[in-house]
Amino acid sequence: MTISLSGKEVAAQIEEKFPGSVVESGHESLAVKADSLLDIARFLKENEGLEFNYLNFITAVDYYDHFEVVYMLNSLEHNHRLTVKARCYDRKNPVLPSVVGLWQGADFQEREIYDLFGIKFEGHPNMKRIFLWEGFKGHPLRKDFI
Amino acid sequence: MEMKPAGKYIYADIELDREEGQVIEDLKASSQEPIPDPDRWLDEELEQNILLTTVDALINWSRRSSLWPAICFPACCAFELIAANGPRFDLARFGMEIMRASPRQADLMITAGTLTWKMAPNVRRIYNQMAEPKWVIAMGACAVSGGIFASAEYAVVPGYNRIIPVDVYVPGCPPRPEALIYGIQMLQKKIARRKNIDVRKILKR
Repeated sequence: MTISLSGKEVAAQIEEKFPGSVVESGHESLAVKADSLLDIARFLKENEGLEFNYLNFITAVDYYDHFEVVYMLNSLEHNHRLTVKARCYDRKNPVLPSVVGLWQGADFQEREIYDLFGIKFEGHPNMKRIFLWEGFKGHPLRKDFI
Repeated sequence: MEMKPAGKYIYADIELDREEGQVIEDLKASSQEPIPDPDRWLDEELEQNILLTTVDALINWSRRSSLWPAICFPACCAFELIAANGPRFDLARFGMEIMRASPRQADLMITAGTLTWKMAPNVRRIYNQMAEPKWVIAMGACAVSGGIFASAEYAVVPGYNRIIPVDVYVPGCPPRPEALIYGIQMLQKKIARRKNIDVRKILKR
């Protein structure tokens, strides 16, 4: 069975490399600062012993005062997983770095999140709506949409 | 000088005359009764083979007996339609088993599935490409009213009748193949009542 890595343990490894980049860490997940997300993602993917070479999915949550983007990572080498979260507090123009360069599967999912939540992913090669049509007003999965 | 008999080459001799006469006698003897009309046999057979009907009834009969559905199944109701088409429910009994990949060869649209606004122009185009006369069966709750997705009204069309005229509504989520077949039979009844020719218009001309 896939082992769930402790967020705290991984957070300690990340803190060693990028001090002050982890916001919060729990049993199965950890939250990181948005501006260091890309570095941490690369570290998680390439560092020996972690090697999260498979991105299960990306999703997003609207907590009214901030958005949280959730990355579910898996390692096919070591058969373990980890949930990484990144928060953005700017409601008008939320921006996060894109992880398409690391995991190609993120392409459509980041577009979906942009479509439904309005979170822009910087560095994405094709950042436009995927489900709704061009010209649609608003982002329907936001809590304040209706 | 011996005279050449004048009539020898002009008049036929009597034996030839008799032969000719015999031919006439034979023909006369065999022609005492009139020859029967060769079309006489038609009378009794035709009585069994000619039906009188109205043009409307004939046109409607031919139209409703071979409805060809266009392939336009955006979502899950399609599987009930496929089941209805399969050997167990056997849509072919009603003369409409041929799914047409080209809408130009189809005259029935069975709208099996949820329709989003992004897909709506394409469905409308398929409908417009179908040749007249054409009919639409709205299959399933989504096609009737948007179904369980009706509350997501920002993306889902609340019923196909917003974009194309619907003839028969088949509710259900999804409807069973029997329900779909019943809906098709309802449509056939509807077509049977259709007036194709306006006699008053023709008489005015």
